[in-house]
Amino acid sequence: MTLMPNDTRRGVLGLIAGGCILVAAPARALDQSAAVALIQRAVEEVYAIINSGRAPAQMYREFEGIFARHADVDAIARSALGPAARQVDPAQFKAFKAALQGYIGRKYGKRFREFIGGRVEVNGARPLKSFWAVQSTAYLRGQSPMAVEWHVSDRSGRPKFFNIIIEGVNMLASEREEIAAMLARRRGDVGALTADLRQAG
Amino acid sequence: MRAAILLFLTLSACASAPPGGVNDPYEPFNRRVHAFNKGLDATVLRPLARRAGGNAPTAPAATTAKGATAGGPNAAPPGPIEMIGNVSANLSLPGKVVNSLLQGRPEPAIRNTFRFLVNTTVGLGGVLDPAGADFALPEIDTDFGETLHVWGVPEGAYLELPVLGPSTERDLAGMIVNTVIDPVDNWLNRDQRTAKLAARVASKAGDRTQFGSTVDSVLHESADSYAQTRLLYLQHRRFELKQEQDAIDPYAE
Repeated sequence: MTLMPNDTRRGVLGLIAGGCILVAAPARALDQSAAVALIQRAVEEVYAIINSGRAPAQMYREFEGIFARHADVDAIARSALGPAARQVDPAQFKAFKAALQGYIGRKYGKRFREFIGGRVEVNGARPLKSFWAVQSTAYLRGQSPMAVEWHVSDRSGRPKFFNIIIEGVNMLASEREEIAAMLARRRGDVGALTADLRQAG
Repeated sequence: MRAAILLFLTLSACASAPPGGVNDPYEPFNRRVHAFNKGLDATVLRPLARRAGGNAPTAPAATTAKGATAGGPNAAPPGPIEMIGNVSANLSLPGKVVNSLLQGRPEPAIRNTFRFLVNTTVGLGGVLDPAGADFALPEIDTDFGETLHVWGVPEGAYLELPVLGPSTERDLAGMIVNTVIDPVDNWLNRDQRTAKLAARVASKAGDRTQFGSTVDSVLHESADSYAQTRLLYLQHRRFELKQEQDAIDPYAE
């Protein structure tokens, strides 16, 4: 400790502190209103599809479109695939990502009937780690109001959500576990997992 | 007293799971129970729920649902399943009041007391819910498992119980004490207690109808339904108990 003169030490600390500010600043570059606006828009688009009265299969494709536009599918796919994401080649990852996107559109799209006649109110946002947690409340028919939290980041270059937490139940954690189980069933073969995902949901 | 402190310390010492993690030392046993529960659902509960929910208002013809349904009537009179559910929920309120008091939380205790009084009288013995609809007194849910949590007892190991489903060591202890301290049982005779239990079972079956697609998706459509059930239960329970949960940051991985 005594090896370093006092003012040098101060200088090092100053550098570290400065570096922290530099690193921390872009993380909060996304402002609160942009995060809230993103979720507001996504909810409106979901309701526009639900109220359009189109055939379910067509609705699922449109839900997938909303997911592709407003969610950070790349980050979600990487996180859901876990350690295997670092081992696959780019083409394999791209195929997995596309299959996951369709699977999410079908799996969560299938639940649209529960939202008919209900509404989702966006309430505000709070900073969390390097991103924003946008809070909303879902009022569905015949059910108590549900807390729905959306995690939004602009690390992809644009504000996008990467997780939804419904009454404490974490969608990304749940899909991570599900994809891990599907991958284990295929003994780690990501190609086979991708083929299974195209049929699932 | 010394024994109580000792018991408390022993319970506190078994906090082995990291916060937000899963503590499941009985997994092999739990998985066998899960297979049994899943079979029970597929052979008994799901067919029953489908029959009961066949013409329920929860499943409107989606392909013809235009925007007009959005503002549709939501003040429809409750169906028989909902009425039984209401009665059962109303009878659970005195027990919740006791637990709120044990937790040192007078406000939910007072609100649930008023809710019980309004729904038992104006709500015709709890069949209807005027307290929630007209007096802004929704049910505030709690149980002895939460009381144990407030007292500092850790969650303990994850358990899947036959028929009753997912739980933890703390919630199982809570469930047992909950039935013992329920004041309603002292006011009822044996037949009424049986009717109360029957209403509770029927209301659980009603839940299976209402949340049918959720249960189907988790139990019958996931690759590892045991792991999914465990995750959903623990996360939701920790949320109910207002425990801080770790947020996933995919950009920091």
